Amino acid sequence: MPILFYIFGVLTIIAALGVVLQRTPVYSALSLIVVLCSLAVEYLLLGAEFIAVIQVIVYAGAIMVLFVLVIMLLNAGHEIPSSRSRMARWLGVPLLAAFLFEMLFAVSRYLPVESPYWAAPLAAGPREIGALLFGNYVLPFELTSILVLVAVLGAVVLAKKQL
Amino acid sequence: MVPLSHVLGLSLILFVLGIAGFLFRRNIITIFMCIELMLNAVNLAFVAFARQQGQLDGQLYVFFVIVVAAAEAAVGLAIIIALYRNRESLSIDDLDSMKM
Repeated sequence: MPILFYIFGVLTIIAALGVVLQRTPVYSALSLIVVLCSLAVEYLLLGAEFIAVIQVIVYAGAIMVLFVLVIMLLNAGHEIPSSRSRMARWLGVPLLAAFLFEMLFAVSRYLPVESPYWAAPLAAGPREIGALLFGNYVLPFELTSILVLVAVLGAVVLAKKQL
Repeated sequence: MVPLSHVLGLSLILFVLGIAGFLFRRNIITIFMCIELMLNAVNLAFVAFARQQGQLDGQLYVFFVIVVAAAEAAVGLAIIIALYRNRESLSIDDLDSMKM
């Protein structure tokens, strides 16, 4: 259903603007949760059911709870605008605009709208993902488990009283 | 079905918004959230290409990106807490001791 894609696409962009433009971190975090949930709907429309569920549970559920918890813990209030790092402002805006237009040009040039080539929809449930994960991708899977272990240990060490 | 270029356009807009927030915001937690925004933009492109090619590999990359993002969030937020303990500030203007 294309109309749903555009509705949630616009919602995603509006919420992403909220993330960037809000001055209070809690409002940014809530906008980011809206972005993540509407992206989950986009994943559903693109036929990635498992990824959509993971997105809601892990990203919008676990990671964003961590963010909101830290914001409340540190009592992060209103951001004070500063005039420092004018370099980012004067150099960043033109470079960013150049990047945006170059990428838009590349997408419209090499992927024209009138040639929408899509493969036949395929089953992307936990069974298929799991078969691939423990088949072809078993080494990256084990490496990520080590990465997560190291990250947990690192977080515990970093959050200790005396660093 | 939506044209692939529109999905990639949405992904591109999200990525550029993430870069803009990364460059122009001063609060370190907001900057961290803008990094998450960029990761999600790339995830959307991965899912779109997986759907276009009719292969599941792209979705697996998204899975790995989400796992790495979770690890990154845990370590990054711990670093932010440690920084706040030492500096009593969340503004990146105060965190310039490595600047020349």
